[in-house]
Amino acid sequence: MAEISTLHYLVVAAALFMIGTIGVLTRRNVIIILMSIELILNAVNLNLVAFSRLYGLHGQVFSIFVITDAAAEAAVGLGIIIAFFRNKETVNVDEVDLLKW
Amino acid sequence: MTPVATTFFFYFLAFFAIASAIAVITRRNPVHAALALIVTLLSIAGFYLMLYAPFVAAVQIVLYAGGIVVLFLFVIMLINLEKNVREYQFNKQWLVGILAALALGGLLLFVFQRGYDIFPRSFAALPEAENTQQIGVWLYGNYMLPFEIASLLLLVAIVGAVVMAKKRI
Repeated sequence: MAEISTLHYLVVAAALFMIGTIGVLTRRNVIIILMSIELILNAVNLNLVAFSRLYGLHGQVFSIFVITDAAAEAAVGLGIIIAFFRNKETVNVDEVDLLKW
Repeated sequence: MTPVATTFFFYFLAFFAIASAIAVITRRNPVHAALALIVTLLSIAGFYLMLYAPFVAAVQIVLYAGGIVVLFLFVIMLINLEKNVREYQFNKQWLVGILAALALGGLLLFVFQRGYDIFPRSFAALPEAENTQQIGVWLYGNYMLPFEIASLLLLVAIVGAVVMAKKRI
């Protein structure tokens, strides 16, 4: 095809974002939902680094912060899963309905 | 260093990234999904290398594939998922979810088609030999405040995760 421009990387990032969104909205297992959130964050990172090739190093510095925040959020989310699994022996999000009417 | 066979490597990495992302969201066993996530993360690290960002590629491999996915695998090991693997994996709203994601995809396609010529054609001067030094200068110079806040955030996350996972506080 043509030479690989920034738009090619943006399309791949958009596809990964869509696949991550489908994973968050469709699956019952909360661990797979957290992995889909990691896919979304990686798509955003790919976008940032693709643009940083055009505009300077700011995008790469910001993507390092995004990776750090993703690590913190994954740790806290998995701690919540462990605490919830200890109470009720399930990891399905549609069985988390104690506050439902 | 002159790039070699860029088109082939781009489509090769893009195929692996998207195929293993689809494998992440469709696998029944979470361990298979975690392994597919590792393949996706390594493909994206390859993309970062193609985009002249070697430091971010190294951070991605060490932190994401070597830290976060290992954390996922530890938690999968601690939780008994035998019963869950045999149940039905998709929730009741799966059709609405896919329609919403396709609507988002349509919006993104519209943005790409309209804004095709906005980006500058010339690439910025990013010498690959100085990438790590330059990121270090900026992380400790202009971006010192977000750097310190990120370290505080990691401390809070560590304390919070340990407290929540303990049996008796």
